[in-house]
Amino acid sequence: MMRSTWVWRLCVTARSPAEQNRALMSATQINTPAAGIADANRRQEETDERIFGAAFDGHVIRRFIGYMRPYRAGLMLAAVCVVLFTASQLMIPLVIRAAIDKALVPGIMDAGLLTTIALAFAAIISVNALASLGQEIIVGKTGERILFDLRRAMYAHLQRLSMSFMDQTEVGRLMSRLQGDVGALQEFLDTLVTTLGDVLLLIGIVTVLLMLNVKLAMLTLSVVLILLIVRMIWLPRARKAFVRARQTSSIVNGALAENINGVRTVQEMTREKVNFVRFEKKAHDYLNATRRAAKFSTAMAPIVDTLTGAALGIVVYVGGTMVLDNTLELGVMVAFIFYVQRFFDPIRSLTTQYSVMQRAMASGQRIFEVLDVPVEVVDKPAAIELGHIDATIDATIEFRNVTFGYYPGQPVLKNISFTVKPGEVVALVGPTGSGKTSTTSLIHRFYDVWEGEVRVGGHDVRDVTQHSLGRHVGMVLQEPFLFTDTIFENIRYCSEHATREDVMNAAQVVGAHEFIMRLPQGYDTRLEQRGGNLSLGQRQLLSFARAIVANTDILILDEATASIDSYTERAIQTALVRLLQGRTGVVIAHRLATVRKADRIIVLQDGRIVESGAHHELLRGRGLYHRLYSMNYASFDDIPEDLIRAAVAQTST
Amino acid sequence: MNSTPTIPGTSEAAGASTLKTESTDAPALSINVILRILRMAARHRVSMAAGVICAVAAANFQLLIPQYLGAAVDHAQGMLAHADTGSQAARSALWTTAMILLGAGVLRGVFTMFQNYLGESLGHRIGYELRLAYFEKLQRMSFSYHDRVHSGDLMTRGMLDVEGVRRFVENAMYRSIVLVILVGYGGYHLLSNDLALGALALSFVPIVAWRAAVSRLWLRRTWRQLQERLSEMTRIMEENLGGIRVVRAFVAQAFELARFDKVAGDAIAMSLKRVEIRYRNGAMMIFSYYAAMGLVLWIGGLKVIHGTLSVGMLTEFLAYMAILQQPVRQIGMIVNSVARGSISGARVFDIIDLEPVIRDKAGAPELAVSRGVLRFEHVDFSYHPDGSGAPALRDISFEVGPGKTLGIVGPPGSGKSTLAHMIPRFYDVTAGRITIDGQDIRDVTLESLRTCVGVMQQDTFLFSAPIESNIAYGEPDAQQERIMDAAGLAQLHDYVQRLPSGYETLVGERGLSLSGGQRQRLSIARSILPGPNVIVFDDSTASVDAGTEQKIRAALRDLSRERTTLIISHRLNSLMHADEILFLEAGRIVERGSHAQILALGGRYKDLYDLQVRGGNDALDLGMAPLRDGTLAG
Repeated sequence: MMRSTWVWRLCVTARSPAEQNRALMSATQINTPAAGIADANRRQEETDERIFGAAFDGHVIRRFIGYMRPYRAGLMLAAVCVVLFTASQLMIPLVIRAAIDKALVPGIMDAGLLTTIALAFAAIISVNALASLGQEIIVGKTGERILFDLRRAMYAHLQRLSMSFMDQTEVGRLMSRLQGDVGALQEFLDTLVTTLGDVLLLIGIVTVLLMLNVKLAMLTLSVVLILLIVRMIWLPRARKAFVRARQTSSIVNGALAENINGVRTVQEMTREKVNFVRFEKKAHDYLNATRRAAKFSTAMAPIVDTLTGAALGIVVYVGGTMVLDNTLELGVMVAFIFYVQRFFDPIRSLTTQYSVMQRAMASGQRIFEVLDVPVEVVDKPAAIELGHIDATIDATIEFRNVTFGYYPGQPVLKNISFTVKPGEVVALVGPTGSGKTSTTSLIHRFYDVWEGEVRVGGHDVRDVTQHSLGRHVGMVLQEPFLFTDTIFENIRYCSEHATREDVMNAAQVVGAHEFIMRLPQGYDTRLEQRGGNLSLGQRQLLSFARAIVANTDILILDEATASIDSYTERAIQTALVRLLQGRTGVVIAHRLATVRKADRIIVLQDGRIVESGAHHELLRGRGLYHRLYSMNYASFDDIPEDLIRAAVAQTST
Repeated sequence: MNSTPTIPGTSEAAGASTLKTESTDAPALSINVILRILRMAARHRVSMAAGVICAVAAANFQLLIPQYLGAAVDHAQGMLAHADTGSQAARSALWTTAMILLGAGVLRGVFTMFQNYLGESLGHRIGYELRLAYFEKLQRMSFSYHDRVHSGDLMTRGMLDVEGVRRFVENAMYRSIVLVILVGYGGYHLLSNDLALGALALSFVPIVAWRAAVSRLWLRRTWRQLQERLSEMTRIMEENLGGIRVVRAFVAQAFELARFDKVAGDAIAMSLKRVEIRYRNGAMMIFSYYAAMGLVLWIGGLKVIHGTLSVGMLTEFLAYMAILQQPVRQIGMIVNSVARGSISGARVFDIIDLEPVIRDKAGAPELAVSRGVLRFEHVDFSYHPDGSGAPALRDISFEVGPGKTLGIVGPPGSGKSTLAHMIPRFYDVTAGRITIDGQDIRDVTLESLRTCVGVMQQDTFLFSAPIESNIAYGEPDAQQERIMDAAGLAQLHDYVQRLPSGYETLVGERGLSLSGGQRQRLSIARSILPGPNVIVFDDSTASVDAGTEQKIRAALRDLSRERTTLIISHRLNSLMHADEILFLEAGRIVERGSHAQILALGGRYKDLYDLQVRGGNDALDLGMAPLRDGTLAG
């Protein structure tokens, strides 16, 4: 299957057990900025691991060029600028040479010619300045635009990808592609122009030197060869030292983050002394690693300076002798002096750009991997709108022989059929893994069924547009998800037509109005870190209010499992009743109180419906529901697994 | 009463109030901060002095190069002019010059290397010292401080600001010495040779320096703004992907894209502006440099024609300019480093200079535990010492001794957890006192107090370490057996045993994620292990299912026989067997007594009891009924 290959590819680097666990955490951990920074460090570390790779990947480059296409006119102009810039830079020593050899020759001093030469110089540096401006600004701006285009393309693509893809890919990983990889490309784009300029400049200098004097040029350039060799030996070792410094740095920062976030536990357990000693050791490792890296980075200076000195020495001695022998003009020797001082810089930067290129290619691959994941759940070309925008629909939900699963060969739902009549509230009950969440996800068409059909309002959900389906099917998730925004915006969310009054009414209906009004800025209070400053119960109520504002005919509700105190629990139960009033409801119920309120209960087990009926009917039936109920737990989630297994076994025999 | 006097200006409150300054963009250049960093550097006398010597030497050797180049050109030209080209002396003079150039190159390189290495190394050393001081201080700062301060901000200071100081030492200190010598000494040499031409050659320096400094400072300011926009963008993306089910459920894709586009549009506009400013200034700097060079060439050439300057001297001027170009462009970087070093330094020193409000009194003795009797005497407490806001605890008095259990119940926000936090002195009472075996807990050492009191929290922080180290957190060298015993009591042992790596399983940020109930059980094991005399359960079984909680209680019964136990819970059956139950409301004890007594009052406790236990058809039953071993109920 096309999709699974892609998913597999995306996850393939991630699937070591440690990584898997780490991945589990990444979604929750984004909450705290401190952890966020540590996370960024970790991403850096991950890039380091992949540092050794191809510096050139035709596929990535081709795709990338596609994103450059809209800006091609500007980029052409930039290319012209790069050439002009390099050429004018190359001309400067030549102008100096002309001055010395033509205007300042002993005996034929020519002030007029000198002035002409000075004017030519002025012209050249003007071209140089303009070309430099043009090249850097055009490329810099285009680069930024392309990166934003890429990031937006990825982001927009993620909005359309099916839930099965999103389920299998954690937020941290996606974010590292949206941020880290796009960032690596940015670095690449920034250096791209310099690289091109450097290459051109090097070629230019070598050509000009050879044209001026072959012998002197060859001798001088031999020094460059030494630099290249030294650099080749130096680079891999230095890189190792740098990577080590970065790793120890993220260890130190990780330890700091952990101690900041866990400071209360540290003090409670009086671990201050032990932790300080351990931190000291980590900080010391880091100090040593950075000092070692510093040795490498500073070692390059004497080498380059020695070689520059050697090259200058060659020019002075060999060139000077040639001047004395009259085989070289003095101006050429001066020009050589200036060129020698210029050509070590491009070589130095070129060798560092190699690793930037490697990183960029790896990042490019990962970016295009995401962009290439096919969108699975798409509207049919002939898809119709489900109902009119504000009109209610016939809110019947029907499952006809539905079979569905996430992995081929492992169906989660097996041949399920049931109907929910308009206005009816149905509770789905069953042990973990029995298929409750899958059932509700199918109503909203987060996934497509394998067999059978799911019908809403008389239409197969695959025959209507996803957008219109979503307008009629609302959802309240088990974990209330709030955005870092005001309470008002959180309740209104994307129902942009809703007024402030609508929002306040909704809050009143679910009983959230009172606590909202007690907050410092009422409805305009900004929730920090996804509502971390609210209690779980309060967040739950806000997510209920959000569903009321969206005002859908059908509501799917996944009840929270977390334990809340009795006072909040009471508020939530009241809100729940009001929320479901006048709607067709499918509730994944965990609490007996909720289950009993439903018009009908469907008991799922192992992907099949084992029982269905009202509370008292099921109790009379003495099936699985009866067994679970009789264990007398407030919530089905509280029942220990072994008891559930026993109950299931008893029922099926 | 205030038992811990705070030093004015360095109290924790002062530290918290300066927190705001970090977001203001105006770079408050504080000489004091820079001086303090320099003093820290000066403590490393040897490497500091060696670094300065190397910087001076490197700059001087670099200045030799243009002089000898000029000399070589003059030699060659002079000999050409006098048709003296055959003389061996001239050739050996060239040889000498070439060797001197090579030598100067080598020495300059070596000294530059040492200077750079010493600079980087000293920078890292100072970063190391700051990091340790910072870490040490943060660990000791009281809860009230950590409540007020955002962990992200502390992290930024500990990472980015320490880095800012380090960069200052590395980049600004020695580089400015080199720059001063190159411009000062070299400039003096040129000016003394030819005043007008020297002035022309140096004319680009102030322009470049000014543009570099201004644009760097501007870029620095806007960098902050850009980062804010980018992190806003990151947040939107993160929340979108994290809440993708909400986005899909509400078909909000278009809405979300519009939100993204708005923020992204702001960010891109900002970064485009930055690109423009950066490169426009760059181009201007290069142009002014070349313009000065052109003028030197022209005017110098005219002087050569008039015979007042040699070609060699002209070459020297031009070569000197070539050398100066790079360091002068670094002025922007130096200015930036100084500005950043000053702000970052201030932010780090802010924390290092704080004194924790809660600390040992001078000469405080260890807590002498004989029985472990805990007494609250008219305890008042407020989170706002300035008197604003309602007090969190009012006139709380009770006594609980070994083998006894005190239950505390009350609605959310009634002060239950606050009360628990008073016992290990996470906060100090505002009035009244707390004693253990008659000793005021403020008069004994924190370490001995906290070893005696074990608080099991509702939220458990897991460290990135194996389960065993997490359990043995308070006693890192505890024996394996004791770790397993503690886990056993907390009903965690069976679960851990079933894990493939058992007690060595890594948990925490990078490890296995535990469920809420498992985390709480780990917290219980962790707190029991050191054998505290006073055990406080702060809603620590809220996420543990009712059955397991019963087992934990049973297991702990033996343990609590000689210990003092406090149970805070919203589940009544967790605490109804306590010897005394306090019902808290708005920080006050409103009802108290044994279960039977307090129930008989017919007040709030009874309401809650009815709500939880005697649930009728419409009320709730929150796991109140005991286990019935799976037998059928009628």
